[in-house]
Amino acid sequence: MTRGIVSIAGYVPYRRLQRADVAKVFGSGGGKGARSVASHDEDTSTMGVEAARLALRAVPGAAPRSLWFASATPAYLDKTNATTVHAALRLPADVGAYDFGGALRSGPGALRSALDGSGTGTTLVVVADLRDGLPTSADEVAGGDGAAAVVIGDDGPGTPVIAEFLGGSAVSDEFLDRWRTAGDRRSRTWEERFGETRYVPLGADAWEAGLKAAGVTAEQIDHVVVTGMHGRAAKALGRKLGVRDDAMADDLSATVGQTGAAHVGLVLAAMVEQATPDQIIAVVSLADGADVLVFRTTAALAAWSPADSVAAQIAAGADLPYGKFLTWRGMVTPEPPRRPEPQRVSSSAAWRNEDWKFGFVGSQDRSSGAVHLPPSRVSMDGGAVDDMVPIDRADTEATIATYTIDRMAYSASPPVVFAILDFDGGGRFPVELTDVDPDTVDIGNKVAMTFRKLYTSDGIHDYFWKAKPVRAGSPDPALTD
Amino acid sequence: MASHGIKDRVAIVGMGCTRFAEHWDKSLDDLIVEAAEETFASAGVAKDDIDAFWFGTAQSGMSGITMARPLQLEGKPVTRVENYCTTGSEALRAAAYAVASGAYDVAMALGAEKVKDSGYQGLNAFPIPNDGTSRTLTAAAMFSMVAPAYGKKYGVSEDQLTEVLARISWKNHQNGARNPRAQFRKEVSTETICASPRVAGRLGVFDCAGVADGAAAAIVVRAEDAYKYTDKPIFIKALSFATGSGSGLIDPEYDYTWFPECATAAQDAYAQAGITDPRNQLAMAEVHDCFTPTELVLMEDLGFAPRGTAWKEVLAGTFDRTGPLPINPDGGLKSFGHPVGASGLRMFFETWLQLRGEATPERQIDTDKTLALTHNLGGYPGEMVSFVSVVGTELG
Repeated sequence: MTRGIVSIAGYVPYRRLQRADVAKVFGSGGGKGARSVASHDEDTSTMGVEAARLALRAVPGAAPRSLWFASATPAYLDKTNATTVHAALRLPADVGAYDFGGALRSGPGALRSALDGSGTGTTLVVVADLRDGLPTSADEVAGGDGAAAVVIGDDGPGTPVIAEFLGGSAVSDEFLDRWRTAGDRRSRTWEERFGETRYVPLGADAWEAGLKAAGVTAEQIDHVVVTGMHGRAAKALGRKLGVRDDAMADDLSATVGQTGAAHVGLVLAAMVEQATPDQIIAVVSLADGADVLVFRTTAALAAWSPADSVAAQIAAGADLPYGKFLTWRGMVTPEPPRRPEPQRVSSSAAWRNEDWKFGFVGSQDRSSGAVHLPPSRVSMDGGAVDDMVPIDRADTEATIATYTIDRMAYSASPPVVFAILDFDGGGRFPVELTDVDPDTVDIGNKVAMTFRKLYTSDGIHDYFWKAKPVRAGSPDPALTD
Repeated sequence: MASHGIKDRVAIVGMGCTRFAEHWDKSLDDLIVEAAEETFASAGVAKDDIDAFWFGTAQSGMSGITMARPLQLEGKPVTRVENYCTTGSEALRAAAYAVASGAYDVAMALGAEKVKDSGYQGLNAFPIPNDGTSRTLTAAAMFSMVAPAYGKKYGVSEDQLTEVLARISWKNHQNGARNPRAQFRKEVSTETICASPRVAGRLGVFDCAGVADGAAAAIVVRAEDAYKYTDKPIFIKALSFATGSGSGLIDPEYDYTWFPECATAAQDAYAQAGITDPRNQLAMAEVHDCFTPTELVLMEDLGFAPRGTAWKEVLAGTFDRTGPLPINPDGGLKSFGHPVGASGLRMFFETWLQLRGEATPERQIDTDKTLALTHNLGGYPGEMVSFVSVVGTELG
């Protein structure tokens, strides 16, 4: 049975930190190029949701039986983060949702496990990470934020495999190159040379084993990336792979940065998006050993198109001042607005309103057609009682009817930009805008909904939806109404 | 089914009002005692002469005990009332209906708010446990969406609109400057108003109501008993109230250029009072100028100017203290201040002074008309409660 990638998508947050900006402030640190920066209202769960929405949008027929979420920086411990993603995607209750916790290697591990699960149905693997480092550190600029989602399944009608999994390998070894204990603000690393002497031979072993398992030679590889937080080791291994010069694909370190547990998924998405049918794609991950995954794209790839490609998202980014970056990462604390901080979300109220809060599902009066956001039992038009059907507005574009900028409301990053939205096909809702420059907001602008974290109080993350501009050149996110 | 009103059945026979200010040195109890004692003296009664009490506070306390304890009211019915910023008006409405029903002879409404103990800027709603999906915008931001929508609908340029809103703020500061009980007692130039720091949208600090502590109160009796207490009673002609369903927030038809709840309340009040031409029949009006665009739009909702024309009337001085229809001669929320639970009763207090000719001479309006209106709203555009009253010095 052919198993492999049915659909795949990366998510690169909108903001960029130009690495040179670090040295402008501190006189040291930084580097060339840019890294991606999650917005103050994003975490690994929200980025994972955005990636999964894109991946599923490209294969409307996919019906995952399991959702696996992997991250080295999960929003919650103890509580499963995959259930947040599950709720936002409105997957059926009988779809299992599990976290692969903690380690950078959890990303490649989740992918490998799903690819090996022939006959277990479709698995949605979501990988996401936020990479931090103290100001001027190498990690601060080498890291990036992002997510990827891979729909993995057996080839079938409506869900053709676009990249068949040919095989892979894993080599494990216990040594301390990089580590972080719970609650630490940053990772710690051993002397760089030591890690390099471990990773390069481990990677070479894994590469040889992976090619053998896949039944291909290095010369046959059309696209390959070596990922890992140990940049020197990844580069050194890349030179030893024995692939054609044109096969070494962009590892996104110049434009996005290393996105930790998510990076295998992100570079895989970028390679699949650039590949043509019948090409060999390989990815190598160096984290506490080495993992190799090898794929062959199929004829079905020609009929598949990404909802929003990694390349397009990289191109659409906008710079963020370094001071904002430090603020958003909690490295500096600016004066907050003199307003009360938000109260924690009520767990029971949030559960009762799960479809609204996590899925942005309102109700529509069957007699008048009036759309109610949030859902209502009694219609505002005609007064019909309990005669509503659910209406999903998460994937529907809207137009700004009017807007304002609130300089006094509490926000992790003032000011709050707020708009009254009229949704295509019906429904009005007042909501906060995000990933937006206040000067560019205008009545009549088109926006799309995005899953975000409003604030955190008492350790509870308040997840809900905001709207972000539909920018020129970015694709229409609405497949169906 | 009808809204009959209680025209000429109940009279206000005594009122009191503290200065509205940042009363760092006064507690809620102090404000309640101060307003109550002035009101008792005004009506020439003692607290034991009063049969029932309605106490309005938005969030400075809970239950009637918040009023009964500082005044040491023993065994009387004291009810706490809350209805957003219309809380004070609601206290009076309840007291007036209680007397009109015959249940009591003498009733008191008192509204009080201690806002400035929170340590935060602006007004802050008491948090109710929820699912975390509701808006966290300031009131200023919600009301800031009114001005651009109004300008667009009626072809008023941004510059003209800025001038109109500044003129409203300027007028209310002119009026407050002459009022010894107002929070802000300084005239402010339109240049200063226009240069003030932005709070939300195009609204600056001088477009927003003052945030103050304060209390105000009224004693009501049946109209036929009124002259036992005072030779200048104020008769209640209309008390109306309209609560929106909140659908304005989610109804694409709502365009943010008017407040339907206010227009509804005004129509009901005019029907109760028999008013057909408010602009010419009223001596004055106190309206809920929480933000300058609110006062602009209210001039149309209350029927003082046809739709789309109030901005011209503002610039023409129609609503100045010396104009044909003085609006907020006491300075309004803008410069008198806005202790939420007290504001509705503060509006009545100004009609009490002006219709009885008891405002200080430099700010007494010059009129031979006998009717005045108060308008009090709570909530936001699209999701609002609204109160309108008409009072007068003569029966019939």
